[in-house]
Amino acid sequence: MSVIHVDKLTRRFGAFTAVDAISFTVSEGEVFGFLGANGAGKTTAIRMLTGLLAPTEGVAIVAGFDVAQHPDQVKRTIGYMSQRFSLYEDLTVRENIRFYGGIYGLSDVRIQAKTGELLDKLDLHGAAGYRISSLPLGWRQKLAFSIALLHEPRIVFLDEPTGGVDPITRRQFWEMINAEASTGTTVFVTTHYMDEAEYCDRVSIMVDGKIEALDSPSSLKEQFRADSMNDVFVRLARGGLSAEVSA
Amino acid sequence: MLPIIFVMPVVQLLVLSFAATFDVKTITVTVVDNSNSPESQRMITELSASGYFEIVSYSASMQEADESMLRGDAQMILGIPSRFGRDLQRIGQGDVQIIINAEDGATAGIIQAYSTRIFASLGQKLRMEEGIIVSNPPVVIISEPRHWYNPGFRYTTYMVPGILVVLVTMIGMFLSSMNVVREKEIGTIEQLNVTPIKKHQFIVGKLLPFWLLALVELAIGLVIARIVFDLPMVGSLFLVFGVAGVYLIVMLGIGLWISTMTNTQQQAMFIAWFFVVIFILLSGLFTPVESMPLWAQQVNRLNPIAYFIDVMRRVMLTGAGLVDVLPQVVSLVVFAVVVISLAVRRHRKVVS
Repeated sequence: MSVIHVDKLTRRFGAFTAVDAISFTVSEGEVFGFLGANGAGKTTAIRMLTGLLAPTEGVAIVAGFDVAQHPDQVKRTIGYMSQRFSLYEDLTVRENIRFYGGIYGLSDVRIQAKTGELLDKLDLHGAAGYRISSLPLGWRQKLAFSIALLHEPRIVFLDEPTGGVDPITRRQFWEMINAEASTGTTVFVTTHYMDEAEYCDRVSIMVDGKIEALDSPSSLKEQFRADSMNDVFVRLARGGLSAEVSA
Repeated sequence: MLPIIFVMPVVQLLVLSFAATFDVKTITVTVVDNSNSPESQRMITELSASGYFEIVSYSASMQEADESMLRGDAQMILGIPSRFGRDLQRIGQGDVQIIINAEDGATAGIIQAYSTRIFASLGQKLRMEEGIIVSNPPVVIISEPRHWYNPGFRYTTYMVPGILVVLVTMIGMFLSSMNVVREKEIGTIEQLNVTPIKKHQFIVGKLLPFWLLALVELAIGLVIARIVFDLPMVGSLFLVFGVAGVYLIVMLGIGLWISTMTNTQQQAMFIAWFFVVIFILLSGLFTPVESMPLWAQQVNRLNPIAYFIDVMRRVMLTGAGLVDVLPQVVSLVVFAVVVISLAVRRHRKVVS
């Protein structure tokens, strides 16, 4: 069953077409990798899917609602963790959890329970009273991810969640993602680390605003006769533009 | 930013230089003419012919005149006793009473000097014209000035309520104008925008903390004003805080509105500063609004600071009640509704 259905979704900024009629579907419980070079249009696309940016043309149905028509309905059922840091640095860990819990309308009792659960999972009980600004980046990102899941969304959108994070923490982060997906949550993740693409069920690769490839990592490697996703990506990107490829 | 950099100083130069005048013009007067004689008529004509005074009303009684001054309609009361005409005819000497609103001591002093001079010259004219009688003793009109609300002409009494308004305004408006834009800079606004939070919830949530903060600051300021400057508090403090509550919604709303329109804290600060400076200098804090050119007085109809300073001074110094300041309060309520609607509308959750 598909939870995201995108049909010829397009976004133009003046004469520049950032996202050019992309179409795809994502099924429930899938980890969907959304890959592309910097400037390929990933962030623009994810901003349209999360209701932050109105599409110029095309349709995006997320969790059963048309994003352009019912952005607030969509927002209730999705979680989002942005590329830029999304927690309040001058609030403590506990305060951030309370704040976002409150915004999503969770009851106090539920927030209490969720806070305990979350701190257990991340082993952050000792740091619950610390301000976010005093935590290392890896912890913050894991915490941000957990807070994006606080209201138990059906779909969670992660925009380059592992940018600037060390390899060990990245590894742990992906374990968290896969654990969450195994409970039925759909994960839509953008990244430009190609090794991370291997963790995804399916991967799409954007070049110049278009989706040039979409399949499971193993099929893509076969199709492009490549040893790794990195090779697949370089081959595709070369065909499109000789843009900078951060692998 | 370019237009801001060039237009702002030009506008400020023009507005402020014209508006910030220490001249006293168009002194509003209400007359209680119990004499109703040719002499009293002559006196009133002479006063308005001088160009400095404008007779805005005739009051039937002293009490009615008091009310007029309390409402702010008249700055001066000219009281002419019933025996005025007769006395002038008979003994060549008449007494009149002038009552001057002395909240602003400097202005009150000037009003007194003007009126005394006009009465003195009228006395001379009457003697020359020998219209009354050719009397041996010179015709003398004696005015007995009374200064109300601030009898000692104390500068601090007049300035402190206004300065309090300015301080509370600056803190509140700068904090609120930097707030949303700061979240844009850090990136947390994106995170808020993907939540189902409603726009009005967002704006109210942003407004409330600064509103409370500014009210607490006003309270602290009033305590200090009382202890250090011995500021009289004639009117109701409930009224002061009630009006302050509405006023702060207006100013914080303007701040948030600026914040939703700008992209960096510098831009927000710059624009907030522009409005605050213009509002303050037009507000009548330093120079009387009545002396400003007509266009500046018109601009002041849209100036929340002018309304609130006016209310503060009148309630604190003259004991004006809600009825006396109702027009100002109604204006502030209208501003509050408009500004908050603008801020809610301008806040974008979806970029189109």
